[in-house]
Amino acid sequence: MVKDPNKSAEPIADTDYEVRSLHSMCVNESEHHEGVGGKLKYALVGLLFGIVFVKSEVVSWFRIQEMFRLQSFHMYGVIGTAVVVGAISIFLIKRFKIKTIKGEVIEFQDKTFNKGQIIGGLMFGIGWAITGACPGPLFAQLGTGAFAILATIISAIAGTWVYGYLRDRLPH
Amino acid sequence: MSTLLEFIRQPWHWSVAGVLIGLTVPALLILGNKSFGISANLRHICAACLPANIPFFKYDWKKEAWNLFFIGGVVIGGFIAAQFLSDPNDVQISPALAASLGQQGITDLSNMVPNQLFNWETLFSLKGFFFFVVGGFLVGFGTRYAGGCTSGHAISGLSNLQWPSLVATICFMVGGFISANLIVPFLLGL
Repeated sequence: MVKDPNKSAEPIADTDYEVRSLHSMCVNESEHHEGVGGKLKYALVGLLFGIVFVKSEVVSWFRIQEMFRLQSFHMYGVIGTAVVVGAISIFLIKRFKIKTIKGEVIEFQDKTFNKGQIIGGLMFGIGWAITGACPGPLFAQLGTGAFAILATIISAIAGTWVYGYLRDRLPH
Repeated sequence: MSTLLEFIRQPWHWSVAGVLIGLTVPALLILGNKSFGISANLRHICAACLPANIPFFKYDWKKEAWNLFFIGGVVIGGFIAAQFLSDPNDVQISPALAASLGQQGITDLSNMVPNQLFNWETLFSLKGFFFFVVGGFLVGFGTRYAGGCTSGHAISGLSNLQWPSLVATICFMVGGFISANLIVPFLLGL
């Protein structure tokens, strides 16, 4: 049996803003009403996204090495453009109070600083250059037929699990 | 039709990719109030498969299942791009990188991942242990410790002008610079 590392410790507030259902302030009911059919639209967005990833070579291990060795502008161009387009989109959504297709108000949550963004950020950066892929590209690489990448994905899942296990003992 | 396919098959310019990746942010928000963040899936997989009574994995992952559908789509998209839309030529990488990798035995540039490194034989060697196991572990541990990856922090977070995401993104880059320039060349020499 795995012992619970959090028996005595004060629980650390959630530092992960990617699990919306954990945040009570986000009254986001769409999760409850979307069946498999409703979720397929996200699979479609993912599919298009996967094609973009491969066609733009963002999933290339070589492109990541180039980026970090400052030998090419390509990845900076991709990420920079994506941020600008994302920022303009969010600005427009807020400005014009654009709603979801089901008429819900679109919620944004502010992130708070914790030390994990530095320590975890450095760890991820080191791993990113070694594997030549962040989590999205790992899945796209698998799709291109690089089946050995499954080992990297399993290892990444293991890394996430170990983080969850040790979480209350790590500085945040 | 065939000319359109030819057009799509060329490698895409960074600006096209950047715009389409950026548009994923509003697409997911408008489709269902979802925030773009891929590494969260690694947590959902732990929560679904091996929660082990760990508080971090005790939540209703089914409410986040949309994101698992999203990465399922990414895998299929990768398959379609590689099978039907691929460009027969090598990825055009910088000559300086090609030269330095060539000196370390990476000469095959035909794939998205170097075939000479990410194969089953290497996986069970010391080099493979670092490239697959240690690298993957750092990606999984680091992204969750940081609360997001390139999509969650660098793209979604920066788009929403969140300064903690800027801190995280800078740390991703610093870690990457150290790793690509010092650690990866060392590991390739193993």
